[in-house]
Amino acid sequence: MQEAAIPSEGQTPASTSDAIIRAEGIEKYYAQPSQNRIQVISATNLSIVPGEIVALLGPSGSGKSTMLRMLSGLSTPTAGQVYWHEKPIANAEINVSIVFQSFALFPWLTVLENVEAPLQARGVSADARRERSLKMLDTVGLDGFEAAYPKELSGGMKQRVGFARALVVEPEVLFMDEPFSALDVLTAENLRSELLELWANKTMPTKAVFLVTHNIEEAVLLADRIIVLGRNPGHIRTDFRVQIPQPRDRKSEPFTQLVDYIYKVLTRPDVAPAAAPGQKTPIRDQRQMHYQMLPHARPGGIAGLLELLIDKGGRDDVYRLADDLAFEIDDLLPIVDAAQLLGFLQIEEGDAVITLTGTEFANSEILRQKELFRVAAVANVLLLRQIRRALESKSDHTVPEDFFLDMLDEQFSEVECQHQIETAVTWGRYAELFDYDAGHRRFVLPDAQDEEIAAAGEDE
Amino acid sequence: MKPQHLLARIPVTVRRQSLLIDLVVILCGLAFFFGMIQLGTYWMAQPMPEVLISHSVRALPLYACYSLERMGIAYLLSLIFAVSYGYTAAYNPRAEAWMIAVLDILQSIPVLSFLPPVMLAMMALVPGHQLGIEMGSILLIFTGQVWNLAFSFYSSLKSIPREMIEAARIYRYSAWQRFWQLEMPFAAIGLVWNSIVSVAVGWFFLITCEMFTIRPRNFRLPGLGSYLQSAASADPVDTHALLWGLGVLVLIIVATDQLIWRPLIAWSDKFKFEQTESASRVTSPILALLQRPSALTRLPARAWTACEERIYRRLSKTRDCRVVQPIDDESEKGSKLVPLLLAFFAALAVLWGAVQAYRMLQGVTWPEIRLLLLGAGATYLRVAATLILGALWTIPVGVAIGLNPKLARILQPITQVLASIPATALFPVLMLGLIRLGGGLGIGSIALMLLGTQWYILFNVIAGAMAIPSDLEEVAALYRFSRWQRWTRLILPGIFPYLVTGMITASGGAWNASIIAEYFHIGDKTLQTLGLGAQISAATDSGSFSTLLLATILMATIVVTTNRLVWRRLYRLAETRYKLEG
Repeated sequence: MQEAAIPSEGQTPASTSDAIIRAEGIEKYYAQPSQNRIQVISATNLSIVPGEIVALLGPSGSGKSTMLRMLSGLSTPTAGQVYWHEKPIANAEINVSIVFQSFALFPWLTVLENVEAPLQARGVSADARRERSLKMLDTVGLDGFEAAYPKELSGGMKQRVGFARALVVEPEVLFMDEPFSALDVLTAENLRSELLELWANKTMPTKAVFLVTHNIEEAVLLADRIIVLGRNPGHIRTDFRVQIPQPRDRKSEPFTQLVDYIYKVLTRPDVAPAAAPGQKTPIRDQRQMHYQMLPHARPGGIAGLLELLIDKGGRDDVYRLADDLAFEIDDLLPIVDAAQLLGFLQIEEGDAVITLTGTEFANSEILRQKELFRVAAVANVLLLRQIRRALESKSDHTVPEDFFLDMLDEQFSEVECQHQIETAVTWGRYAELFDYDAGHRRFVLPDAQDEEIAAAGEDE
Repeated sequence: MKPQHLLARIPVTVRRQSLLIDLVVILCGLAFFFGMIQLGTYWMAQPMPEVLISHSVRALPLYACYSLERMGIAYLLSLIFAVSYGYTAAYNPRAEAWMIAVLDILQSIPVLSFLPPVMLAMMALVPGHQLGIEMGSILLIFTGQVWNLAFSFYSSLKSIPREMIEAARIYRYSAWQRFWQLEMPFAAIGLVWNSIVSVAVGWFFLITCEMFTIRPRNFRLPGLGSYLQSAASADPVDTHALLWGLGVLVLIIVATDQLIWRPLIAWSDKFKFEQTESASRVTSPILALLQRPSALTRLPARAWTACEERIYRRLSKTRDCRVVQPIDDESEKGSKLVPLLLAFFAALAVLWGAVQAYRMLQGVTWPEIRLLLLGAGATYLRVAATLILGALWTIPVGVAIGLNPKLARILQPITQVLASIPATALFPVLMLGLIRLGGGLGIGSIALMLLGTQWYILFNVIAGAMAIPSDLEEVAALYRFSRWQRWTRLILPGIFPYLVTGMITASGGAWNASIIAEYFHIGDKTLQTLGLGAQISAATDSGSFSTLLLATILMATIVVTTNRLVWRRLYRLAETRYKLEG
């Protein structure tokens, strides 16, 4: 694996002098109404140099899309500066394009009009526009579809139009925001190889490509350089060059080893990545986490994962697990995180190992499972413990949701707070710890226990 | 069609009689041009203090033309204002909250209260010509039409998907390109539907605005409204002329629906922001005819494109088109001086207005105030009764129609037309009936208010019933829900959001209608009853502006308060608990 990847010394003078885009100490904060500032991205340095495809990889919530928008000039960093050929990006006449996850085509314009629109903005004459657009549509393989409307096209074709539109302006840097995640597997494969072809044959005048993705295999397949982001707050965990020559074979040893390495990096967010000597990782902003961030996983998913692990003999490589389930990392990691949080499994060297409690959990029938889940949740998850205690201590056994939202507010953004509450409610309902009244937005004790407590109270 | 477009599937029909279409279009254009000239010479004529409204049927086409032109101008003005206002509100975060609040309040003020001040102001502005009165009536129709158009445009702008805005930014669209290629198309569907409602409301007020009295003067504008009103107030009532007038009105409305609205709705399908083709589409043969490329349609298209090219080339040199503008620009653009000055002048204007109003209100005595409050209570009860009665019959009928797709397809366009026919035109006929039956206006006014507003509820209930997903109905059938269960668990919750929308519109319409329904001239009699609407009309008639001001303030306050306390809450409930999609 050491041959496949070498850490890139991103700050050497040789590479930064001809960097197209250079970000220096950029940070992003969002102001909360409660006067707190949530740091979404901590101080980061990044450069995009000509001649390479860079992939930005990370789980959801790591701020990848925000990073892309800051680098392309769509979003102003709260601190720090982005430079375009050493000029501040806010005043420079940059030439970049973005290919969007949801295609962002204008449904009332034909394919040709969609591709012509950026040229129209640049004042290109009608004939020249038409010629360039038709040529670009031909390059992406949509010859004959000029007069079609986007709603008549399939997803793959729509993304091809997205590519045509992005490339017709001959951008210096091509940004891509999870461009293939809305497509089916075969179409995505197709488009990936076409992209590599265009890049290799120098058919695009583009000098650099910046790809944001959550798909590890896609990153290893396409990129010359991979940057892995961590979250809370977003920061670069590792940044290395991929030495495997193109065309890359998914089944080859260096490929699978590299994918494995990246999985390891992603599943141990608290451990600094091993194979990065001499790499200056920026110091992480380790605020005292009061609440652990609840992974967005359902109890059913956790049970399923543990049962699968037992099938495999109690221990399996995370990469192979994902492969068996045909899962994306975004889907598997939260479940692994959740099981780890509850003490049902441990991660050792990139392998998931089931613990004793986990084994008991997986082998029990449903009522016992709920009981074990309840015990583990109360022991390990602060938020659930607090909700339960609050409900027990109040005389009417109800607590408004706002009470906990206020406390979560200090650590998480508004959207994340809602997700945390939703996950807590799902876990609490499963474990029969408490129930949630959506109409009044209050936590309540489940009726049976309520009566129990009332009966116990009456007995006294 | 050229061979290389074989793979495109645009529904374009090929017709042979292109010459006929061109001729028709040319004739329409000539008629419009001639009408404008006629209108122009008439406007510039000396204001005849009492315009004689002829009762002969032969005068009807000319009167209809006048009314149509007034409607057209008012609508164009409304559209331009609504788009500008919505645009400014959506893109100026500092001014946004104020602008929307102002819109909300203005929407709640009954239009007919504006009648005397606007008229007198316009007459003072253009003293020597008939133009003054015309401008006043156009302005009044404008105030009835513009608010919902502005709201629709504003909310469309705020709901444009983020990635499309980002695409427009990264590809450096100028504001012009963004407006014509992103914002207007996205807002098109909302604007079309709201235009239909606005024009219907416009007719409602046109009929009343063309003939009214502000002591000591009688104002009359030649048009359909004054024709109908004068036929009704003649002694004895000229039923022949009345019926002819009504017939022409209905004809115009049906023609507008078929020739303008249906093609527009079918065309606006193009702007529907969905990713796949939907199964049901409104078709319009007129649209198909117009879309054929003929010599007449190609000429303006070519001229427009040539113009556009020059504009784009000029714009490509501006800063917007060379530098990527960040979306979340937290830095404050521009000087703070201009908005501060504007706010200062606005505050001055409001202060001056308040002082004037206070002076005017000092003329009102306590017994008058008590009477106004009583009237307000009476009208409030009448509006409530209208809504309840309306809901009582429209919900069963609407649900029955909506759940039966074949019936819905036939009847929904008809209800749309029925909703467009202004109830004010039918009032004289109904009044005659009421007088003959011997009922007082106390209950009769409810019937009149009902006539004007029940269509909004029906229309919305039908749409709501059509929107209930068929799988929920299948569950009800499978588990053999009783009738009670079906209604309380499926139908009523399902139509709830649409019902609330219909009720909000009907409530506003009922308050406005009360001004006409509670105080009426027929023959040489004046029917009236205790109510705030009657008091507003009476004050207009007798020229006592202080009472008028107080009554207007009272009505506006009641409407805004009911909005906040009742309708907003119901609407929020409808949006959260009763929304069908997750």
